[in-house]
Amino acid sequence: MPKPQTYFEKVWADHAIIPLGDGSELIHVDRLVLHEWTAGWILPGFEAAGRKPARPDLVFTLVDHLIDTAPGRGPNQTHAPSGAQIFDDARRHIGKLGLRFFDIGDARQGIAHVVAPEQGIALPGTTLVCGDSHTCTNGGVGALAWGIGNSEAEHALATQTLPQAKPKTMRVSFEGTLGKAVLPKDMILHLIGRIGANGGIGYAVEFAGPAVKAMPVEGRLTLCNMAIEFSARYGFVPPDEVTYDYLHGREFSPKRAAWDGAVTYWRSLLTDPEAVFEREVVIDCTGIAPQVTWGTTPQHVLPIDGRVPDPSEAGDPGTRRQIEGALAYMQLTAGTPIAGVPIDAAFIGSCTNGRLSDLREAAAIVKGRRVAAGIQAVCVPGSTAVKKAAEAEGLDRVFKDAGFEWHESGCSLCADMGNKRFARRRVISTTNRNFEGRQGPQTRTHLASPATVAASAVAGRIVDPRPFIG
Amino acid sequence: MEKLVKVAGIALPMLQANIDTDQIIPVPEMTRSSEETHERWGAGLFAYWRYVRDREPNPGFILNQEPWKRAVILLADRNFGCGSSREPAPRALRGYGFRAVIAPSFAGIFFGNSFRNGLLPVELPIEQVRELARQMEAARGHAEVTVDLEAEVVLAPDGQVFKFRTPAPLRRMLLGGLDEIDQTLQNIDAITAFWNRDAAKRPWVYAPGLADQTDAKGV
Repeated sequence: MPKPQTYFEKVWADHAIIPLGDGSELIHVDRLVLHEWTAGWILPGFEAAGRKPARPDLVFTLVDHLIDTAPGRGPNQTHAPSGAQIFDDARRHIGKLGLRFFDIGDARQGIAHVVAPEQGIALPGTTLVCGDSHTCTNGGVGALAWGIGNSEAEHALATQTLPQAKPKTMRVSFEGTLGKAVLPKDMILHLIGRIGANGGIGYAVEFAGPAVKAMPVEGRLTLCNMAIEFSARYGFVPPDEVTYDYLHGREFSPKRAAWDGAVTYWRSLLTDPEAVFEREVVIDCTGIAPQVTWGTTPQHVLPIDGRVPDPSEAGDPGTRRQIEGALAYMQLTAGTPIAGVPIDAAFIGSCTNGRLSDLREAAAIVKGRRVAAGIQAVCVPGSTAVKKAAEAEGLDRVFKDAGFEWHESGCSLCADMGNKRFARRRVISTTNRNFEGRQGPQTRTHLASPATVAASAVAGRIVDPRPFIG
Repeated sequence: MEKLVKVAGIALPMLQANIDTDQIIPVPEMTRSSEETHERWGAGLFAYWRYVRDREPNPGFILNQEPWKRAVILLADRNFGCGSSREPAPRALRGYGFRAVIAPSFAGIFFGNSFRNGLLPVELPIEQVRELARQMEAARGHAEVTVDLEAEVVLAPDGQVFKFRTPAPLRRMLLGGLDEIDQTLQNIDAITAFWNRDAAKRPWVYAPGLADQTDAKGV
């Protein structure tokens, strides 16, 4: 009998082309996604060096990072100082190479990791890479997906392969059921708080357990999105009927006979019951409260009724030093209850929480309420398709009536792409990183779920969303 | 691809956990120009911590202090380079003059990006990183650490030898200054054979949106 294997081991084996030594393999890239920043940066040099795309038919390009998301934006609107040049380089070379391109004005445009599952580009058992660390999001449909640097993007474009060191395997099982107003974002923040921002280094992480099985694909995408926030190499949920229902009929999903063949193949990839993981983590979801970060790494996370920690209680000097730095940066003192901290702004969007279900969770809370006086509240759909779907069910009106801005899709204020409106502000945000300066100069970011961000926008301070749910 | 065999010099201790690539080089430093020089990237290194305003050096930051400003090796705590996949992070370190970073662990994307930019990430147990930091601080920076990629060893100022490992393909590339794309294209026959084999097994991969087997293209 063959040795029982995990999902990861089967997918890896099906992509290994040649061994490169020390367990590294040349791995096939099934889907290469380039956003405008990578494309504009690498393509001029790629062409000048006389390189050719190996498989242009497996490449997808789009605009998300540098484009402004202000309502009614133009196709070149950006706050990034060199943005106009990057747009120009990207469009010119994408056109010359004849690559598929979801530009501004295309109904498929949006944040790469929202678009790829939505359009059936990311599929179970495929490898997908993109020049953005949150590419792991695509693991939510069972893709082995990871972020790459520009040199690797050139390599993937020229060869449709990447050298990869074989990681160890980890399974994270979420047991139990989620409480009211507790969302996938709270699960993943809780996990990171528990195993640390370095807890996944060198691991391919399979998310499993009843709470994941019961979760729609959009929640799984949120879960996998933050695998990189504990430095996992890959994070994924092996496919099931929920995945197949989600992907069936999407533009780049296989159709008819090809679909049937694909599903049969995908079923053969599932982790064998006797397979052994090198690390197992079990999380009981039943007790998880809404989570919010207080500091400058996603591992600085608290349940909503928690208090900001004291650095003297840290286990080692490296951690203590980071807590001290975070307290100073965040302008918080040890022992402060996190609930009640006043905020200046609220942001809903990003590849973490910019999908339709996220907007619905937030809208359910802001409906019939008003954003507190003086709070900048911004809602940015993760893709043009999400925006249209949200508008079709009237969510844009709900947000606007409550005092939120309703934007075009893109990465927006998740990172400081030149828009300084969150400079020196305290922001509660559905994004994935609370690093120093991440959302702007001296911006203090608190990460939370769409429900917690919506409730906090209404209250004007960080609050527990549960009393807002009927 | 820039080559690296051995580096010796001042090792600067920055023993903080989870130093992310947004700190190593903030986004505004990457969007300010399209120049590809060491000077440009080096100027953006640790910009939030290194400058106060109008690019005035922050005297409290170790990189602005003698003799640490002449360091060629950085000592850090676990999960160095976590966060964004930005390749300018190792470029900024290299651009400033760093050739190696020694830490108990590195985030994976940063680890790979470093090899491709003439910067060697060295994994050593935290006790050994602390020992190097202790010796450097005791000598007030006037001591040398040597990192030898060929032998995969770090030599402490007092002569202690710490062994490390690096993945073979990345080690070969950095030791030889090899172009990774050219290396891989030498295997184009194996890649082509893979396409033909795989298109029979997973035809839908090779024609996104495929409806019928007959639409699939190997090569």
